[in-house]
Formats: sequence, structure tokens, C-alpha cells
Amino acid sequence: MTQAQFQARIDADIKIEPKDWMPEAYRKTLIRQISQHAHSEIVGMLPEGNWITRAPSLRRKAILLAKIQDEAGHGLYLYSAAETLGKTRESMIDDLHTGKAKYSSIFNYPTLSWADMGSVGWLVDGAAIMNQVALCRTSYGPYARAMVRICKEESFHQRQGYEVIMTLCRGTAAQKQMAQESLNRWWWPALMMFGPKDEDSPNTEQAMKWRIKRFTNDELRQRFIDATVPQAEFLGLTIPDPDLKWNEERQHYDSGNINWEEFYQVIAGNGPCNTARLAARQKAHDEGEWVREAAMAYSKKQEQRNKQVA
Amino acid sequence: MNHLFQYTIRLADNASILGHRLGELCGHGPILEQDIAMTNVALDLVGQARSFYQYAAEVEGANHTEDDLAYLRDNQDFRNLLLLEQPNGHFGDTIARQFLYDAYSFAFYQGLRKSKDATLAAIAEKAIKEVTYHLRWSSEWVVRLGDGTAESHAKIQAGLNSLWRYTGEMFEMDETDNQMLAQGIGVDLVLVKTAWLAKVNEVFAEATLTLPSDKTWMQKGSKKGIHTEHLGYILAEMQHLQRTYPGCEW
Repeated sequence: MTQAQFQARIDADIKIEPKDWMPEAYRKTLIRQISQHAHSEIVGMLPEGNWITRAPSLRRKAILLAKIQDEAGHGLYLYSAAETLGKTRESMIDDLHTGKAKYSSIFNYPTLSWADMGSVGWLVDGAAIMNQVALCRTSYGPYARAMVRICKEESFHQRQGYEVIMTLCRGTAAQKQMAQESLNRWWWPALMMFGPKDEDSPNTEQAMKWRIKRFTNDELRQRFIDATVPQAEFLGLTIPDPDLKWNEERQHYDSGNINWEEFYQVIAGNGPCNTARLAARQKAHDEGEWVREAAMAYSKKQEQRNKQVA
Repeated sequence: MNHLFQYTIRLADNASILGHRLGELCGHGPILEQDIAMTNVALDLVGQARSFYQYAAEVEGANHTEDDLAYLRDNQDFRNLLLLEQPNGHFGDTIARQFLYDAYSFAFYQGLRKSKDATLAAIAEKAIKEVTYHLRWSSEWVVRLGDGTAESHAKIQAGLNSLWRYTGEMFEMDETDNQMLAQGIGVDLVLVKTAWLAKVNEVFAEATLTLPSDKTWMQKGSKKGIHTEHLGYILAEMQHLQRTYPGCEW
């Protein structure tokens, strides 16, 4: 297959499968994107895991455990999807630990109150869904199929998060204040999840051409703002953006400027929790080494025993 | 004393405290698949705790909810086994604690499913399905670690040795146990011990592990609400929001 034939398949919306020929750059872009997505699921378990032991009711504790478990599951199928492109899970995890691979910057922000368990679901999962729904039709088959399953669970998480915030808003003044304070902290980082402005996003054009990406960063960001503002209004919460207003002509909300300096600093490793998140992953990995070795040693022994029997 | 309440709250606290401990590990497991497995066990236990607390609240008849019982009682009112509040330690310690408890609760629920108390029997019936899986999982890991490398063997053996002293009280019959047994509601812990020990021996043999000394001095106290120092910290963390913002819906 030539580049032109490959592009023709993409243009005809025929999925690319693992054994199909593909340009090296397409393969590399996908490995980068899918593994980054997998790492985000795994690192994303940490800020929520931070509140399991302090969940305020048994029901909330169970919901939170189940949600984080779903994320671990998403990580698993995304690593598997990336492995179909010829890179092992171990080497992807090494890349995460050495800092070669990235994960979503949002998880470098701390979870400081119970309301953050609501905000993470409502805003962070809400923003993620905007990206992920588009990815259900992405050109690489295994990635698209993984995303279909993930999206179903994510939209459930988003509703659960909203419900946490709604319960707080219907509670005492202190609870409502907790919800507002949390929204104040998460709003801007959630908007940053869509990535740089289109004119500053160098990879977008090629990714759109290959139909890995189907909408630009700014398009998805706008869609998120338009969907979320009425949800905040319904709760009686204030979005922390004085420039936010409905634009009748555009039929969209206008919004204030994102602090891009903060965005690039967090990506560069200077967010509040970058060091702690990576250290936690590294620690789990290092402390698990003897366990993985034991499992390998045991399975080798079993293999030999089975051979002797046979 | 309301013996049925006491009996039920013990079961609720067992499930809640061990579920809490496993919840601490979520996101920090040695392998992604095992992280998921531990969270799964935690989820089952929190679910069991809810069923038992709901029933305990009903039996108590004091207008308490499941959360009042879990979040608003203090250290000396908790009745979970000392074993279950012990820290997670390394993966070998976690597995040792899990296996010793799973083997116990499997035998216990086998008895409880035949209880004359229909609610306890129904909860046990549901729990036994979950515990069957937990016991298979923790047994497999005891074997894998015991018969894995020299390091893993030493670690799981040390974990089992140090937790062994908390296994004695699991089989102690006090007045509540005797009353419940006499009424056909509770379980005979002598029978549970026989089944437990058989399972422990079987798995230890396969794992090439040594049974700790039967002269081990056993720690006890949970049935009277006397705990190790660890429980206070668990409750401080677990009950923080309920205590700071009393009377709220969450």
C-alpha cells in the first residue's frame, strides 16, 4: 500500500487495523496518543484515590471505588490497544516513569475537598468525554473500539460527579461553599484539558487529515463551555470567569482568556502535584517488582512441573 | 444486651474496616491487574458492610442509618477483628491478612447461610459468592509468593508469622456467640476453626510455607471493643467529614 492508497482508505472512513500497512508517522502518533491516554487513566486514579478513605458515606465510598476501578480498566484496554501497534506495556510504563511520555496535565492538580470528587467527575470527565466521543470514530480500529466502551462508562462518571455537586448545592451553606470553591479551582484547568489554541497546536492538521482527530481543540473547548455553563447555572454556582457571556450572534458563549503560562508550566513539570504523582507511580512500580518476579518464577516452575507430568 | 445487634455489628465492622484498608491501596498496586482485583475485593466488602449495617440499624431500632453506625461510633464501640485493622504493609502482608480472613469468612458464611435469621442468611448467601472468589484469589497469591522466589517466600512467611497472633480471637465464643448459636442464628466457631485450619494447612503446604507455632501468644479484645492502636487512625480519617459537618446529606 502506498501513502496515497492509505489516505484514500482514511478518506473513505475505512478503519485501519493492526496488520494493515500504515505510515511510520501515523503509527508513532497513535502510540504516543493512546499510551498518553492510558497513562492518564492510571495517573488519574491517584487524585480520586486520595479521597476513598475519607468518603463521607458508605454509598459514596462504593461509588468512588467502582469509578476508580473503571479507570484502571480503561488503562488496561488502552495499553492493549497501544500494544497492537508494536510497543509493550512495560516499555510504555518506563516512558511514563522517565518522563518521556506525558499524561493529562489535569491530574497534576490536587484534590483538596470532597467536592473535588464531584468536580473531577462533572468537569474533568465532562471535558474528557468531549474528546473521547469524537475518538469513537477515530481511524484506528482498536482505539475506536476501546473508546466506545470507555465513553459509556465516562458519561456515567460524569453524571455521578454532577450528582455529588448537586447534593452539596442542595445541602448546607458550608456544603454549597465547598462546591463553589471546588468549581473555582477546577474550571480553568478543565478548559486547558483541550490543549493549546488551534493556532498553537502543531499536530492538529496532520491528525485531522489522518482522522485520528476529528475536531480541533478550540471547537471541543467551545462545545464543553456551551454544555457546562447551563449546568452550573442550574446548580446556582458561579463560573469563575467575569468575561463569560452568551453571544447571540455566534450562538455560543464568549469566555475569558486562559492562562497559557500556567498551562505550559504544568506540562513542563511545575504543576502542584507533578512530582508527587510520578513518585507515587514509581513507588508502586518499584515496590511491586519483587511481586512480579515472584509471579514469573512461580509460573516458570509450574511450566516445568507440567512438562515433567506430560 | 441486644445480642443480635452485637452479632450483626461485628460482621458489619469486619467488612467495613477491611474494605477500608484495601481502599487505601487503590491506585498503588504492584501490577495493574492486581490493583483492580484488590479494589474489587474492597468493593465487595463495602457492599457487605452496608447490608450488615442496614440490618444492624433495623435490629437496634434507634432510628440510626448505616452511616450513623459506620461514621458516628468511636473506637471502643467497634467490633471488627484486630487482624483486619492491621496496616497494609507490603503486598505479602496484605495477602497474608486477606488469606487468613478469607479462609475464615468463607467457613463462617457457609454456616451463616443456614441461619434461622432470614436476613443474615440472605446476606451470607450473597457474600459467599464473593468470598469464594476472594479466597481463590488470596490463596493463589499465597502460593505464588510462597513458591515464587526466595525473597517472596521470606516476605509472605514473615507476614503470616506476624499476623498469626490475631487469629486466636476469630474463634473465641463469648456470650453473644453462645446465645446466637443456641437460637440457631449464629455459627459454631469451633466448626469454623476446623474448616479454617484445614484450608490454611492445604494452602501452606502447596505454598511450601510453615505453619506458625501453635504456642503463639494470641492477642484479643475486639469482641469487647479493645483494639490495637491502628483503629483510631482509621476512624479519624474515615469519620472526618461526618464529624466536621454533622447532620449533612452527602
